[in-house]
Amino acid sequence: MMSDLIGTIMERSAARRWLAAAMALLVAVFAFGSPSLAQVSDAELTQRIDALAPGSYADRAGAVGALVASGDPRVVGVLQVLAEGDLLVVEETGKVVYVERSGKDFALTDPLTGESLGSVPRGDVEKVRVNNSLRRTLRTAIGQLTLLSEDRGTRLAAAQSILRDADPANLQLLDESLAAEIDPAIKRTMELARAVITLKSGSDVEQIRSAAETVAHSGSRDAASILSAAMGTVPDELRADIQASIDGLARDRAVWDALQNVWFGVSLGSVLLLAAIGLAITFGVMGVINMAHGEMVMLGAYTTFAVQETIRQNAPGLFDYSLAIALPLAFLLTALVGVAIERGVIRWLYGRALETLLATWGLSLILQQTVRSIFGPTNRQVGNPSWMSGSFEFYGLAITWSRLWIVVFALAVFVALLLVLNRTALGLQMRAVTQNRRMASAMGIRTPLVDAMTFGLGSGIAGLAGVALSQIDNVSPNLGQGYIIDSFMVVVFGGVGNLWGTLVGAMTLGIANKFLEPYAGAVLGKILILVLIILFIQRRPRGLFALKGRAVE
Amino acid sequence: MTDKTGTMLYLDGVSVAFDGFRAINKLSLIVQPAEMLAIIGPNGAGKTTMMDIITGKTRPDDGEVLFDGRTDLTKLDEAAIANLGIGRKFQKPTVFESQTVWNNLEMALRKPRGIFRTLFYTPSAEDIARIEEILDIVRLSGRKDELAANLSHGQKQWLEIGMLLAQDPKLLLVDEPVAGMTDSETVETAKLLKNIALTRSVVVVEHDMSFVRDLGSRVTCLAEGSVLAEGTLDQVSANPLVIERYLGR
Amino acid sequence: MISQALFRALDRKAIWLVGILVALAILVPAANLLIPVGQPGHVPTYVVTLFGKYLSYAMLALALDLVWGYCGILSLGHGAFFALGGYAMGMYLMRQIGDRGVYANPELPDFMVFLNWQELPWYWQGFDNFWFACLMVVLVPGLLAFVFGFLAFRSRVTGVYLSIITQAMTFALLLAFFRNDMGFGGNNGLTDFKEILGVPVQAATTRGALFAATALALALSVLVCSGIVNSKLGKVMIAARDAESRTRFLGYRVEYVKLFAFTVSAVIAGIAGALYVPQVGIINPGEFDPANSIEVVIWTAVGGRGTIVGPIIGAILVHMGKSYFTSALPELWLFALGALFVLVTLFLPKGIVGLLGQYRAARARPERSGNQRDAGVDPQPEPAE
Repeated sequence: MMSDLIGTIMERSAARRWLAAAMALLVAVFAFGSPSLAQVSDAELTQRIDALAPGSYADRAGAVGALVASGDPRVVGVLQVLAEGDLLVVEETGKVVYVERSGKDFALTDPLTGESLGSVPRGDVEKVRVNNSLRRTLRTAIGQLTLLSEDRGTRLAAAQSILRDADPANLQLLDESLAAEIDPAIKRTMELARAVITLKSGSDVEQIRSAAETVAHSGSRDAASILSAAMGTVPDELRADIQASIDGLARDRAVWDALQNVWFGVSLGSVLLLAAIGLAITFGVMGVINMAHGEMVMLGAYTTFAVQETIRQNAPGLFDYSLAIALPLAFLLTALVGVAIERGVIRWLYGRALETLLATWGLSLILQQTVRSIFGPTNRQVGNPSWMSGSFEFYGLAITWSRLWIVVFALAVFVALLLVLNRTALGLQMRAVTQNRRMASAMGIRTPLVDAMTFGLGSGIAGLAGVALSQIDNVSPNLGQGYIIDSFMVVVFGGVGNLWGTLVGAMTLGIANKFLEPYAGAVLGKILILVLIILFIQRRPRGLFALKGRAVE
Repeated sequence: MTDKTGTMLYLDGVSVAFDGFRAINKLSLIVQPAEMLAIIGPNGAGKTTMMDIITGKTRPDDGEVLFDGRTDLTKLDEAAIANLGIGRKFQKPTVFESQTVWNNLEMALRKPRGIFRTLFYTPSAEDIARIEEILDIVRLSGRKDELAANLSHGQKQWLEIGMLLAQDPKLLLVDEPVAGMTDSETVETAKLLKNIALTRSVVVVEHDMSFVRDLGSRVTCLAEGSVLAEGTLDQVSANPLVIERYLGR
Repeated sequence: MISQALFRALDRKAIWLVGILVALAILVPAANLLIPVGQPGHVPTYVVTLFGKYLSYAMLALALDLVWGYCGILSLGHGAFFALGGYAMGMYLMRQIGDRGVYANPELPDFMVFLNWQELPWYWQGFDNFWFACLMVVLVPGLLAFVFGFLAFRSRVTGVYLSIITQAMTFALLLAFFRNDMGFGGNNGLTDFKEILGVPVQAATTRGALFAATALALALSVLVCSGIVNSKLGKVMIAARDAESRTRFLGYRVEYVKLFAFTVSAVIAGIAGALYVPQVGIINPGEFDPANSIEVVIWTAVGGRGTIVGPIIGAILVHMGKSYFTSALPELWLFALGALFVLVTLFLPKGIVGLLGQYRAARARPERSGNQRDAGVDPQPEPAE
């Protein structure tokens, strides 16, 4: 019983310590370069930390003040460890340290630098004692360093951390900082934190009621669980209202979950669209299936990798532009490879679609093995530029930047392609050849040139898709294989000769996949989709948007 | 309209459109048993589409298509229609090029078409005699073991007519049978078709007016998917509408 | 009637082929078992197994050729039928392990014990019986092909569309068989076989018998395929391959012709898979990989599609090449395979057998073209299209 309790406490304090470290890191990241903070040398800072140990509680409070005055973000972690009562001092030297149990001894680390300071027997260290008044001082000090920090990110992180803890002891500090806060997002978080604390420990019914309302309208994803947790402690007369709020939130949640699924579906659909649209063009215009299409995607991804490597070595400052540089290069490279394939192999096989399929499969094996020989068989690391990393919440939706940009990019490629097909001479010729090759040829359209250009265009778009996919998928020689069957399904489903068919096909399959996943699981969902398409093709053997009439035969 | 019973082929108000383009527009047509009908008309008049509809390749949007006065052809597929006794020769000669002349005829020969009946089929003396007779008629006896691909264009046309004969249909649809034939072959073909028409109904689509004159049959002129004029060749070619369509504008 | 069909099937090439296969079925195991090790003429057991494996691949290639070479259906999912036959046999072999597994459960295969399953799923019932398993070897691939083919051919899915959905079919099965809760051993598949029909799978005599069985099954498949393609139905198959709609206008239901060939072909592929599994000792979902199915196509293409001998020669040659490359120059194998796809489609569309045929025809031509001139009507010039 006793040991259990100690164990729990130990665990909790370990978790807090970790949290404190994480927070300190955050603060460190955001606070760098804030010019208004007084710069204090590490040696001076170490001295001030060591000053925490000797003397009375009042002396310690003074030492805390001196540390806060330094404004160094690393101090936050030290203060938090001190508040937990986990800061120790080596009796002999008076050096303040963090300790980690290591066998019979304690392993010591420097609180400021994290340097290892060797280990000492247990008896040689002593706790730096804290009492309640010192704890309050510490909390205020930490709050000043974080909640009142000048850096927006630090404040937001601090507010979020307080919201997570929902510790009533933070209430006063929260009120103070709330009064000073001007950023609306942080203010909302702080108000929510305040409401959660009130809900948990408040005594006044009206206050609790308004707190519950604040929580219910906060739009936070955890609102329902916060309210449910509070159900046990709130006064009886509020229960019905809160329950109603929880139900309402659950309904909203269901809607948002569905929307979230739609978003995931759209996101997957964009990926499919990018991978399939080039395939749809070449299949539509030339009637050939390019089994090496997936490898074009793969080449695009490796182009991105190569560009990033070059930038890393030569001009690290350009990293955020790496994708912008990779896009034209990937397009050019894959378009050239595409034209080479068309001129070298495919044009000898016209009218023999099945043979083309086999020959391009052979090319895909060769391309895969070439890349494997050059770059190795393992996954290569392609980084996200800063503007593509992270995520944000849009009402109840969690949206990652990389996915959002890929959706935008896919739609941009789609629109660009639509313009090429409908507004350029090449587009006109491509459409003519799609509808009636012999007639187009009779009218003086140079169909071999159109074929080569079409194949180049289709492959180039695959290369663009590869740049986009490098941001969300592993870049390996097998990258293309993972997309090729799905792309075929999009083309079969959407029909050829019409880009809108590809768009509708990709989005439908993407969304259907994501809606089936929760019920059937990812794999079974995929199997179901394949079966549904096989059945669908019974009804419409040429896809959703098929050409009709004599020319088709 | 006219009585349907007793007709071999009966089309009434047939229309079909491809993506908004009306290939056949309220077409009505009758062919009697043992009658030959020649169909002429400019390109795009809907002649081939009409054949597609009769043979089940294309479904009409609207209208009635009856065979033998009672069988609704719009409900059947190509194979069923062929087995009813409608044979078709294509505009572009379509024979099975990678197989011998003999095998082409053997496949066409009127026999049960089921999978297992076909699998275990062995030609009887009667079948062999019939194939030899047809080879004689289409003058391919000397080339019966050659691949159809090695035949000349005119010979392919004749092989296809031979395949039609082997099918023993009640109604023959013949699309441009003399394209690519020499004059003497054309005359022979006309004789052959007239001979066939003694016992069966024949619909011939042809551009070659001297050939149509040789056939000496009733003529229907199609334009823009419907009937423009009907009658003897002389009547039709004197029709001012037809003259305008062919020569005018 | 049937005897006549059989007689017709025995054209000269088929007789030779069947003769060679029967001779191999007797001589190879005999050379392995009767001639002592080290004596000239002895065939090591691993060679027997290796070539037994090749013959089962040859059977798969022949099955594919029946639909691709003769009906023009490029199936990119024939590996699925092979694997299904293999799984049916694998399930029998699993049940024969009995309580000799790691968990010593007399009823359940190890992987089911591992997954905490309490009893044998219904679809595993009966597989302890060899003949039931044999029935399933034929029935499961046959039924799948029948249903799939019925749906696809009835709605006239042809060409690359058909190829793609056959690929989707095997891909869906690949995903399904990877799942543990499907009850087919998941990722690891079925392996660690002990006995077949009461004799140890690994024993040299069993290896010899399996080789003989494979050679005889291949011989039988040659008879069946050659019987079909030499019948009038075979001619109709070729007709449908070359001019599908023309064949319909002759009154043949092309969809049923294709369905027949597809189903027969799937059954042959299933039997090939069933013979393959005891020889290699494992069956796993990797066999459903679409890449495997496409590889079968290249065996057939190399040997010569639309012939009976071609796919057999192709399958054996490509595998001998593969064995050579994967041991001597492993990183070059995929280059070689890829190049094979490209070169065969570009320069050798009729495969090795077709090349030999052309060579022979070229030598025979001078006399024949002379005959042609005398025969019948003068050739007309082709009119311009």
